[in-house]
Amino acid sequence: MANFFLDNKDLKYHLSHPLMRKIVELKERGFAEKDLYDYAPQNFEDAMDSYQRVMEIIGQVCADVIAPNAEGVDKEGPRVENDRVIYASGTAENMKAVNAAGLSGLTLPRRFKGLNFPLLCFVMANEMVARADASFENIWGLQDCAETLNEFASEEQKMKYLTWVSEGATCAMDLTEPDAGSDLGAVMLKATWSEERQTWLLNGVKRFITNGDGDVSLVLARTEEGTTDARGLSMLVYDKRNGGMKVRRIENKLGIKGSPTCELVFTDAPAELVGDRRMGLIKYVMSLMNAARLGIGAQSVGLCEAAYREALKYAHERQQFGKDIIKFPAVAEMLTNMRARLRGARALLYETSRFVEIYKQYTHISHERSLEAEERQEMKFYNRLADGFTPLVKLFASEYANSLAYDAIQIHGGSGFMKDYACERLYRDARILNIYEGTSQLQVVAAINGVTKGTFMEQISRYEELCYSEAMQPIVEQMKALRTRVEAMVAHVEVVSKDAPQFKDFHARRLVESVGHIIITCLLAQQASEVEEYASDAKVYAKLAEAYIVGAEAYVLNSTADDVALISEVHDQF
Amino acid sequence: MAKQVPDTRNVGKDAMTAEGTVNRAALPAIFNPEDLNALELALRLKEECAGSTVYILTMGPQRAADIIRDAMFRGADGGYLLSDRKFAGSDTLATSYALSCALRQIGADVIIAGRQAIDGDTAQVGPQVAEKMGLPQVTYAEEIVQVKESSLVVRRRLDRGVETVECPIPAVLTVNSSAPEIRPQNARLVMKYKWAMIPSEVAAASEVAQRLVEERDYLRIVEMTAADIVCDEQQLGLSGSPTKVKKIENVVFQSKEAKCLTASDEDIASLMVELIASHTLG
Repeated sequence: MANFFLDNKDLKYHLSHPLMRKIVELKERGFAEKDLYDYAPQNFEDAMDSYQRVMEIIGQVCADVIAPNAEGVDKEGPRVENDRVIYASGTAENMKAVNAAGLSGLTLPRRFKGLNFPLLCFVMANEMVARADASFENIWGLQDCAETLNEFASEEQKMKYLTWVSEGATCAMDLTEPDAGSDLGAVMLKATWSEERQTWLLNGVKRFITNGDGDVSLVLARTEEGTTDARGLSMLVYDKRNGGMKVRRIENKLGIKGSPTCELVFTDAPAELVGDRRMGLIKYVMSLMNAARLGIGAQSVGLCEAAYREALKYAHERQQFGKDIIKFPAVAEMLTNMRARLRGARALLYETSRFVEIYKQYTHISHERSLEAEERQEMKFYNRLADGFTPLVKLFASEYANSLAYDAIQIHGGSGFMKDYACERLYRDARILNIYEGTSQLQVVAAINGVTKGTFMEQISRYEELCYSEAMQPIVEQMKALRTRVEAMVAHVEVVSKDAPQFKDFHARRLVESVGHIIITCLLAQQASEVEEYASDAKVYAKLAEAYIVGAEAYVLNSTADDVALISEVHDQF
Repeated sequence: MAKQVPDTRNVGKDAMTAEGTVNRAALPAIFNPEDLNALELALRLKEECAGSTVYILTMGPQRAADIIRDAMFRGADGGYLLSDRKFAGSDTLATSYALSCALRQIGADVIIAGRQAIDGDTAQVGPQVAEKMGLPQVTYAEEIVQVKESSLVVRRRLDRGVETVECPIPAVLTVNSSAPEIRPQNARLVMKYKWAMIPSEVAAASEVAQRLVEERDYLRIVEMTAADIVCDEQQLGLSGSPTKVKKIENVVFQSKEAKCLTASDEDIASLMVELIASHTLG
């Protein structure tokens, strides 16, 4: 029987990373709950055993239920009836299976009936679900909204909403509006306090809302009359059972067709304020978005896995000129590159998850007691890494999902263009990944400071100091040399941009991607030092990294302030 | 009632020993598939009847405790493992005897089992247990349609259709694979019950496990030996098993010329004649 966890040794590798000991200690607060809940772990080994068992359950549900349903879900899609969303029948079946398996509230505290699992496990679960059906990952993965409530909502709100999510309530984050996409500061949906009803009332329209008809919605709304920017926005939580919200329509999309993308109309819909007024976008949505970006990273890696497997399988089955096409170097080379990118993106995904986890746990602990000086320092350290790595993983993984889906069709040849093979669905599903939750261009904006302010270079230096196997030494040396060259590129950009401010934006993507390639190579080299099987991935990725950086370097170092004029030319062209 | 069986669905070349018996070491031990359908019906019954419980009874070696735990991970409350060397070599008659003796002691309103196990394919144990206990039985069950005060309405899946019957309880149901699929293991239940053990496992377990089993009574899987049930030992194991395996042969189907017959009286009559002549019939 297939199992999406057991058939992928890479996942087990990442689940058993040495930092897990620290993560579990923090998450379990020294196993304080071991005798309070009948499902709490007794010690580290017990916790790890539980994670593994539950990952197996998810792997099983993915292979037995979600993946077989994916094609039907893509065809049938959700629909709107009487202002409500009806999921595709396969989606409803998936929902039933994940609820029976008790997979809701995966990371939430036990006092809210959650499993209290580390974020890394949730990310891994998302990856598996996305491999089975990217559109279902959208719906299931949105339980992550509860984490934002867990961080900022009142105890009373947490008890109500988090417990409900643990019992299977679905979520939505209602941010985008017709005139507020990437620029969320322009949100206009109004929230007004009603003295009479003693509640906030929502009025307005939200658009492109994934799973908009979910049970619990986090709504970004304008609470401050007369304001027009981010400082007038607050976050509210809306309970669907209270009424006042209608689904006007759902979008007909290119991909992830099983996930309902809704236009919502709020008419005096009662909602509760979360946290402080005016902090909606500035603080809470930023946190929500960071979590969501990691989620898209997971969704992307899952899709990469699916695309690679489809391509590999077909390359073994298809014969031309009297032999399996995988025997042709041109095909094998593509597959080798695909695997290196897949595993590279995955390495970055779990590295980021660990950073985010440690930072988040210290944040939670700081709400319970004051942190020791050393802990505060560590929290700051991981916060910086989490902020830097999150846009990086979103950028790389989502772009790789697209390129792997593209390559998967290429390996299928003409058949891949037909609806008969899964790769065409993967290709369509991938296309949104580098757009939503912040386009690749916006991830570059979020990550460029990490390049220029030293976060990434410092981390690369730390990677360089780790122990590597003899086989990996040359790769580490190669990365050291590349790092120096990228530093020169950054210096050049900094100098020129003093007089031409747009120069940095012009080259930002090249700089961010160059640094990202080095980081991914270092991570793969570490893996290969521990498990020899990863050696070829590390070697291949190092070559891809160098090829990219050499190209970027040629562009950047030969570029002058005049190049900024190149981007202004298109302004007048239409 | 459930059985742990070798996974005969994924048979490799090592599946049979030279002597023609099943090579258990080469095949993973699994929960008999139709017993999982039976478990699903039992769990649905539990959900419908507040306050009811589901326990697994299995006979087998100690490692068969695995399927009891598996059932607990999916919603069963606990289980009984009937395990003793004296049960070794049981055919269906001896098995159903031992099981029915245990069941008399345990007590149950509804006894549900899979139709048959994939290692023996006899489909005899369920019905024999019913006979030995003097209980009504519903075979080929696929759904419990209605639960009444002292009876169940059950739909049976037969070769050419379905039949809905009402049956007084206590009763024995044997369940077809057309019944609903088993639900997945539940994360919280896995974490709660993963320490569940039979006494002989406890002795070899870690200190933490021993403490937990000591403190939490729901982690104790009951282990029963022949001495724990009221029975006539002569009817157990080999001595209680009239079935004797004389020889095991590998049957290789060889495709011969195919003959196409229509449903006409003529063709049927000629087939009858041919079958009688070849002593296939009669």
